[in-house]
Amino acid sequence: MHPAYSIIFFTTASGLGYGLLAVAAVFVGAGWLPAVPELGAIVISVGVALVTAGLLSSTFHLGHPERAWRALSQFRSSWLSREGVAAILAYVPVAGLAWGWVWLGEVAGVWLLAAWLTPVLAAVTVYCTGMIYASLKAIPRWHHPLVPWLYVALGLATGAVGFHLVVAMFGAANMRSAGVAVAGLLAAAVLKIAYWRSIDTADPVATAETATGLGGFGDVRPLDPPHTAPNYLQKEMGYRVARKHARKLRKITLVTLFAIPPICVALSVFAGFFLGAALAVIAALSVGLGILIERWLFFAEAVHVVTLYYGEKAA
Amino acid sequence: MTSLPAQPAPKRLGLVIDLDTCVGCHACAVNCKEWNAGGYHAPLTDFDPYGAAPDGVWFNRIHSYEAGSGADARVVHFPKSCLHCDNAPCVTVCPTGASYKRGSDGIVLVEEDKCIGCKLCSWACPYGAREFDTDAGVMKKCTLCIDRIYNENLEEVDRVPACVATCPASARHFGDLGDPDSDVSRLVAERGGYDLMPEMECAPTNKYLPVRDKQTGAGGTLPLEDASPEGGFLGWVDRLLSDASAV
Ligand code: SF4
Ligand code: SF4
Ligand code: SF4
Repeated sequence: MHPAYSIIFFTTASGLGYGLLAVAAVFVGAGWLPAVPELGAIVISVGVALVTAGLLSSTFHLGHPERAWRALSQFRSSWLSREGVAAILAYVPVAGLAWGWVWLGEVAGVWLLAAWLTPVLAAVTVYCTGMIYASLKAIPRWHHPLVPWLYVALGLATGAVGFHLVVAMFGAANMRSAGVAVAGLLAAAVLKIAYWRSIDTADPVATAETATGLGGFGDVRPLDPPHTAPNYLQKEMGYRVARKHARKLRKITLVTLFAIPPICVALSVFAGFFLGAALAVIAALSVGLGILIERWLFFAEAVHVVTLYYGEKAA
Repeated sequence: MTSLPAQPAPKRLGLVIDLDTCVGCHACAVNCKEWNAGGYHAPLTDFDPYGAAPDGVWFNRIHSYEAGSGADARVVHFPKSCLHCDNAPCVTVCPTGASYKRGSDGIVLVEEDKCIGCKLCSWACPYGAREFDTDAGVMKKCTLCIDRIYNENLEEVDRVPACVATCPASARHFGDLGDPDSDVSRLVAERGGYDLMPEMECAPTNKYLPVRDKQTGAGGTLPLEDASPEGGFLGWVDRLLSDASAV
């Protein structure tokens, strides 16, 4: 599948934003973090900015962004529509959390409820994002039960690293903020590795023979393409990263997303303020790079079954 | 509404494509483009149409495949347009309601005024039957020529899809596949019409008729007449040509 930069940015930025908001809400909700208004202001504005920027960027690749509101109407059947509805609903508890934390300086009563609803709606929204891809049977590597959970785990893990960075800046980093980030990253790593294993060993779902129904004669090969120049289908669906590059990029993902950040985050707790903050910055930058490569690969490695009509043997 | 119609449509209009008779002339693709460039989804934008890399929207594309090897190998021309699936994933993924399947005749359509151009439906279709019009910013696809098949301004014989009307080999048949007694349903039953990529579980309405077995031996091709030099007309021609080549 063609990796559109707007979609890569949308899914990673909104995953990070929701993860950050969810982790922060849990920390103040559980009383693990004093409801310091300045900290709340920064965490919530960064989280909301990331989520909103992601949503806006997802409308950039639309043919008609001005009609985007229509996308909220088909939540009964469409995961894209459900994601839009969930994303809008998620603003409500976040606003409540912001009110209690930043304005009142105290997260109690209904504002505490908002704090606990924030991670729920954040997770629901990111789950819907994952399901947009996982619901597409025509792309077997996406139509996989781990895909939505990978989106949720990666959103949470990247958000937790972001959260650790912000609290480190306030000199408030501790075992808990580091522990959540490390645990999140390791959980995401386990899921991602399991997912790669599974797609690498899966049997093909369809072949050029089943696509054409000509398998009775033997092996099916394209003789003449329908047109002399590549068409929309080939440009949109035909993109595929070379296997050897994919291997290399997977290794880079493992190192930048799942190896460097947990080590830096863990060390940062034991370092002084400046070194600790510096380590948290390195962790965050590494996670940022890693998640972009991970998402790019998610698209570039996916094979659409329509390519079976254009020379691919199996998908 | 992008939920699929609850009841199976009373009519299931679609095409039956005969891979045995298709000669790969692309006439159906051309006539589809010609009709639809002025029809429901007009225009079907083309970029660089006379240049080195023309790119544009087509609802019907003709592939040619080679299958098997040696004496049993076949070349099969393979037209492909929207299959108007009963279980159309392109419809259910649409977030806006622009894509829908008609309850009355099963035709799958895009309502352009509602389409936001998110392209998700084209990702959901296993068959590559939807093409994005970059210029108009909306998704376009085969309409089963709704503006012909129900068009009272046309003569009754012309109320068939443009691709069907134009095919010089009569390789495309149009009709109601929901009615077991229709000509198309009978054709499918007689010839063993099949679904493309059944593992995608889209339940396509359109069916493909398989290539027939090769006709060889008795009842097939007659052996060539022996150009015997012994006599007769062919012998005389043979002698004449042999002499001519000796000159
Ligand atoms: S062929 Fe593709 S576009 Fe047509 S109904 Fe089936 S899934 Fe939808
Ligand atoms: S491109 Fe248009 S028709 Fe297709 S899913 Fe998006 S809104 Fe629906
Ligand atoms: S039915 Fe009409 S729109 Fe569909 S392929 Fe044939 S000519 Fe084109």
